[in-house]
Amino acid sequence: MNLVLDSIVKRVGAQVWLHGIGMALQPGAVTVLLGATQAGKTSLMRIMAGLDEPTEGRVRVDGVDVTGMPVRERNVAMVYQQFINYPSLTVADNIASPLKLRGEKDVARRVRELAERLHIEMFLQRYPSELSGGQQQRVALARALAKGAPLMLLDEPLVNLDYKLREELREELTQLFATGDSTVVYATTEPGEALLLGGYTAVLHEGRLLQYGPTAEVFHAPNSLRVARAFSDPPMNLVRAQATLGGLRLPGGTELPVALPGGHGNDGGDVTLGLRASALRLHARPGDVAVQGTVELAEISGSDTFVHAATPWGELVAQITGVHYLELGSSVALHLDPAQAYVFGADGALLLAPARPGRN
Amino acid sequence: MARITLDLAHSYRPNPQQDSDYALLPLSMVFDDGGAYALLGPSGCGKTTMLNIMSGLLVPSQGRVLFDERDVTRASPQERNIAQVFQFPVIYDTMTVAENLAFPLKNRKVPEARIRQRVGQIAEMLEMSGQLDQRAAGLSADAKQKISLGRGLVREDVAAVLFDEPLTVIDPHLKWQLRRKLKQIHHELKLTLIYVTHDQVEALTFADKVVVMTRGRAVQVGAPDELFERPRHAFVGHFIGSPGMNFLPAQVQDGALAVAGQRMPLPRALPDGALRLGVRPEYLALAAPGQAGALPCAVARVQDLGTHQMLTATLGGEVLKARCAPEQVLPGEGGTVWLQVLGEHTCFYQNEELLA
Repeated sequence: MNLVLDSIVKRVGAQVWLHGIGMALQPGAVTVLLGATQAGKTSLMRIMAGLDEPTEGRVRVDGVDVTGMPVRERNVAMVYQQFINYPSLTVADNIASPLKLRGEKDVARRVRELAERLHIEMFLQRYPSELSGGQQQRVALARALAKGAPLMLLDEPLVNLDYKLREELREELTQLFATGDSTVVYATTEPGEALLLGGYTAVLHEGRLLQYGPTAEVFHAPNSLRVARAFSDPPMNLVRAQATLGGLRLPGGTELPVALPGGHGNDGGDVTLGLRASALRLHARPGDVAVQGTVELAEISGSDTFVHAATPWGELVAQITGVHYLELGSSVALHLDPAQAYVFGADGALLLAPARPGRN
Repeated sequence: MARITLDLAHSYRPNPQQDSDYALLPLSMVFDDGGAYALLGPSGCGKTTMLNIMSGLLVPSQGRVLFDERDVTRASPQERNIAQVFQFPVIYDTMTVAENLAFPLKNRKVPEARIRQRVGQIAEMLEMSGQLDQRAAGLSADAKQKISLGRGLVREDVAAVLFDEPLTVIDPHLKWQLRRKLKQIHHELKLTLIYVTHDQVEALTFADKVVVMTRGRAVQVGAPDELFERPRHAFVGHFIGSPGMNFLPAQVQDGALAVAGQRMPLPRALPDGALRLGVRPEYLALAAPGQAGALPCAVARVQDLGTHQMLTATLGGEVLKARCAPEQVLPGEGGTVWLQVLGEHTCFYQNEELLA
């Protein structure tokens, strides 16, 4: 389906929740709405679903203006943060309900198929309250899929689950989305989740759409400091710097050789250097620039260790693969390849992003 | 402070017959005096049951609890002299921050001068020195939980401080600061700290030793690098790391190892029969075709995860994940890639247990 949002504004009392959002969603693909709480993700989704009307602007589906058309007249499936199922119906009847509503034949077979895809076929005769949170959310997902709606909206569906379950379900959802032909909209606060889902990402911030494009492209070439900040976890390291003829001058006098686009070098202007945590390493490679710091904490996630260090450039976080111990208060040198630098102008616009391997 | 010894089991049912009847299967474990421990596992694994047995809220259905040499199995939390910090702040809204911190000491009739000194020290550690005279009522949830942490840590004479998911209410971007505080505090105060969580980052960052639990069983007690490098139990391999360890069924026969129908020389002495080999996505490297210990796999998917690429491949119906550098050139879906399944980081499991 072709869903177009045209200058959507939502005002509630004196507050503006959405500031003229315009986007044409990629049909048949996943669009991730990425942003912190209060960014406007849920407000926008409710307007897409027809649960709320925009104050201004139009919603078009396949060229038809559906603004103001109530949700029951649209063909939309929704999944929420909370695990919402019919408590008095068995799992099988929960999944069957949209199928029966449409008067479909072969309901039992379809229910079984969907249950198998979500690995809940052993619970078909149980009631939702007899299931764990993860299993309940699988039932809600199966029911949403049973609807076979051309538009499927998911509002942080995994946020209330333990991380291992989240990992597992996210993996399954990615595959379900890829094999189906619905247009999917998925709201999340987590950059990592957007990257795992792939597809397209719309970065929202305080009711504004900052950037919309293929997920990897938005991640690698954020058009502004705000997008870079919203789309990085841990937060991108930001260092105040001056543009010079040869690149950047950093606090403490370090020179970082980078090639700023014409007109920005040699003006001594204020810029911001952005470094992803993964660009900082504990071991030097030829051509690296280093900064000395003091370890404030080594956060260990299992797959990675996040080293927080106080440095002359400010507080920096480095992401190192595997488990590493670093004594609190010990000194550490962080190394970086200048080619990994992001540079943002005084107005926050992107001036320079690292070249992407395999691309021009 | 005390060394805590557990030699017990717990069932909420009267006559436990099988493993699934136990909330906590028979275990014996020692928590050293002054150590920082985490109990880590998914919901329902038994970690809270273990914590409640240590604190004295629950009497185990069999066995005993020792604090040093003293049997405290039936002693109350007060008699055991432990401090506890819960998920949600437990403080007095009408009192100031300083009064809240001083409360556990006043109750124990600690001299006034000593109270002032200790409250000052704890407030300084928690970076709350400037708020000592503020009423707790007006503070944010984070600040209130910091006071709860402070109240748990203020007494010097406790046998242990027990934490039950204390950072649940903390805003994600403030969590690392509190993790750092807890780490520093452990360094400075050398109290025995026991921390329950389902969050691997919290457990691995906070603890010197992590007890990984599943289905009522403590499957490994180890330092974070041991859990990552040499998981003693397949569950630990799966639970630690995102994504967890890859597993492949294998067969040892006639001095060779068969994986997905391919025979390879035994990488080390292994018993005959069925086993599983485990290798983490971080260690599953690409190999040249035909390389010893490598197998050809079918590429199912390549994801650009920003800081690295995640390769999903299949081998004889099994799914493997490999974490690859962003600059690594990978074939597209349906292509073939050789993955180094045997290497120094490969582990072998029989009945879920690591073979030595």
